[in-house]
Amino acid sequence: MIVLTDVRNDRGASARAARTGRRARGLGAVAALAALSFSLGACAGDGGPPTLTWYINPDDGGQAALAEKCTAEAGGAYRIETSLLPNDAASQREQLARRLAAGDPSMDIMSLDPPYIPELAEPGFLAPVPPDVAERTTRGVVQGALDGATWNDRLVTVPFWANTQILWYRKSVAEAAGLDLGQPVTWDQLIQAAQTQDKELAVQGARAESMTVWVNALIASGGGEIIVNPDANARDIQLGLDSPAGVDAARIVSTIGREGLGGPGLPTMDENQSMSLFQSDRGSFMVNYNFVWPAMQGSVEDGSLDQAVVDDIGWALYPRVSPDRETAPPLGGINLGVGARSTHPDLAYRAIECMVSPENQAEYFVTNGNPPSALAAFDDPEVRQKFPMAPTIRDSLDIAVPRPQTPYYNEVSTGIQQTWTPPADVDPATTPRDSQEFITAVLRGERLL
Amino acid sequence: MSSQAATGKPAMSERARAEARLGWLLAGPAFVIMLLVTAYPILQAIYESLFRFRLTAPDERQFVGLANYAVILSDWVWWRDLLVTLLITVITVAVELVLGFALALVMHGAIKQLRGLLRTAILVPYGIITVVSAFAWFYAFDINSGFVNQWFAWVPGISPDLNWFAEFGTSIFVIIASEIWKTTPFISLLLLAGLAQVPGELTEAAKVDGATRWELFRKVTLPNMKAAIMVAVLFRALDAFRIFDNVFIMTNGANNTEVLSLLAYRTSIGRLEIGMGSAISVLLFLCVLLIAFLAIKVFKVDLAGSRGGN
Repeated sequence: MIVLTDVRNDRGASARAARTGRRARGLGAVAALAALSFSLGACAGDGGPPTLTWYINPDDGGQAALAEKCTAEAGGAYRIETSLLPNDAASQREQLARRLAAGDPSMDIMSLDPPYIPELAEPGFLAPVPPDVAERTTRGVVQGALDGATWNDRLVTVPFWANTQILWYRKSVAEAAGLDLGQPVTWDQLIQAAQTQDKELAVQGARAESMTVWVNALIASGGGEIIVNPDANARDIQLGLDSPAGVDAARIVSTIGREGLGGPGLPTMDENQSMSLFQSDRGSFMVNYNFVWPAMQGSVEDGSLDQAVVDDIGWALYPRVSPDRETAPPLGGINLGVGARSTHPDLAYRAIECMVSPENQAEYFVTNGNPPSALAAFDDPEVRQKFPMAPTIRDSLDIAVPRPQTPYYNEVSTGIQQTWTPPADVDPATTPRDSQEFITAVLRGERLL
Repeated sequence: MSSQAATGKPAMSERARAEARLGWLLAGPAFVIMLLVTAYPILQAIYESLFRFRLTAPDERQFVGLANYAVILSDWVWWRDLLVTLLITVITVAVELVLGFALALVMHGAIKQLRGLLRTAILVPYGIITVVSAFAWFYAFDINSGFVNQWFAWVPGISPDLNWFAEFGTSIFVIIASEIWKTTPFISLLLLAGLAQVPGELTEAAKVDGATRWELFRKVTLPNMKAAIMVAVLFRALDAFRIFDNVFIMTNGANNTEVLSLLAYRTSIGRLEIGMGSAISVLLFLCVLLIAFLAIKVFKVDLAGSRGGN
């Protein structure tokens, strides 16, 4: 009974509640109960401003803080409520795609991992970005983040923060190996240094999305690309795995795997475990995102890590595949999108503009360790002070290469994960070709994945 | 009882009919609802399995007939996953049957004061949610967080460098061990119920005739428990065939440890390929039906016999 009364009370509060109310009258109590789940998301009690739901990926509370801040700045025009998505990017995609496909009207604002954006944009699950919002939110944004926000030459999401992997190294090990990190380094140099110093390389060898990130960076740095024609349909997609760049990438992955350079944990190693390995006595070089810096500072504060380890850490651009080719650091980050069925797309875009302002991006960087997509935010004095590697990150973002932008990214990525792991089983002579044939067959619907 | 029932039959018939009617009235709604909630998803899955349909490409839905089934059955991934599933089923059921019997005998033979405590202690693993137990086993064996390598370093083959989840053999060992740990109590409870059914007079008579304990077990206890054992094996086999949580948490199918339910999950939920995923689910359903059919027809499992009726 209480439930039904609530629905009636809410009816006058907003357009969406009115709609659910009508439905309730038409279909009776059962429908009213179902509608309650919508109205709970839509209404802030009796007669309050419309509530926007922001589906956020897990962080250190930065997005929730931004939601509060922008709610306050809205002056009663709207309220933002956050709703937490699962931990890993693949599970986030699953939940968002299911909700969007089902037409869930609560999908007002979504934190989206860039490689999954084409899949959601292609069937029209995302509300179009108003031209004026697009104009204001893309000024001074790093190119990689813009590429990730675009599909079919149209901006479909707004860049919020950009992420990139850089090379972290132990100064003592690099020095002992005679490696000058002031110059660009190659993977072969790192492999050799780890071998001669009897240390381990911290890379991500688990059968997970991180494997695609690594393979993509290696192939891009070798002058190739995983997908030659990313906007083709599933049957016509041509892959570039079986290429000289693919063979080079396989050589590097398999050498690290076969020589035991990633340690015994390599086949199950993710970003966090890489960080643990890098901090240990076996640590030498690590490719990883920037979250490791605040995490290690935190470990020093709670006494689980020696300050000397942090003092020994240096950073440089992501390693190259060959000395005569530019590096291609992985690009990540989060963009903000609006669901096509959202009842308040205009308000949602207003809220997004507030969230992605350079000041807020700088603040988010300082509090949560996720780098901004707006270049201006890198000039923030607090950013400079707290993240001495900020200039390296900025440089890295400038040259970072996104993962393939295609509606079939999930298939391509899972296919790579299945054929390029464990690293010790990768064979330059067969893996690139097998991988390419396998993924092509899956895309044509001829194989299971 | 039986003679009374025989003589009173004509007089009872009106009442018996009324009871039967009441029975149907009471159970009918539940029966109809059960039919709806089980039949509807199955029919829906069969229908969906005839399409090439991806959730994020609603406009490209295309009727393909049985093509999804042809792809699945001609792909080694399906057969590999089927073999892995059968391997896990056969090993866990066999080991659990032996362990469960031992535990049932212990519980059966324990003195009265200890029985309650013993049953509770044995039941604890079964009371733990499967995902929770899977995580517990995963963290115990994981090379970064685990203690197994340190504690059991004295065992040949186990060293601090052993990454249990990096290879098929060690991964499947942990998966099977955790499954056995988790569900042996279930089978031992079913067997305990069977043990309690063995008529005391038969055991007494065999003892008087001078049977040894082994003979008593083999010639009196086992034959009288056949129904209970077969039911336990059937239930556990069906349960083990649907294994999901352990594999999902520990390896997520890496190192060829993927099982059929994980394949169905990854296709439907992960890839959002509703058509292909439904076809896998339908085939999985048929496998379960086949196991139940084989058990009941070939091994003559008497489901009614296990209820204690003679």
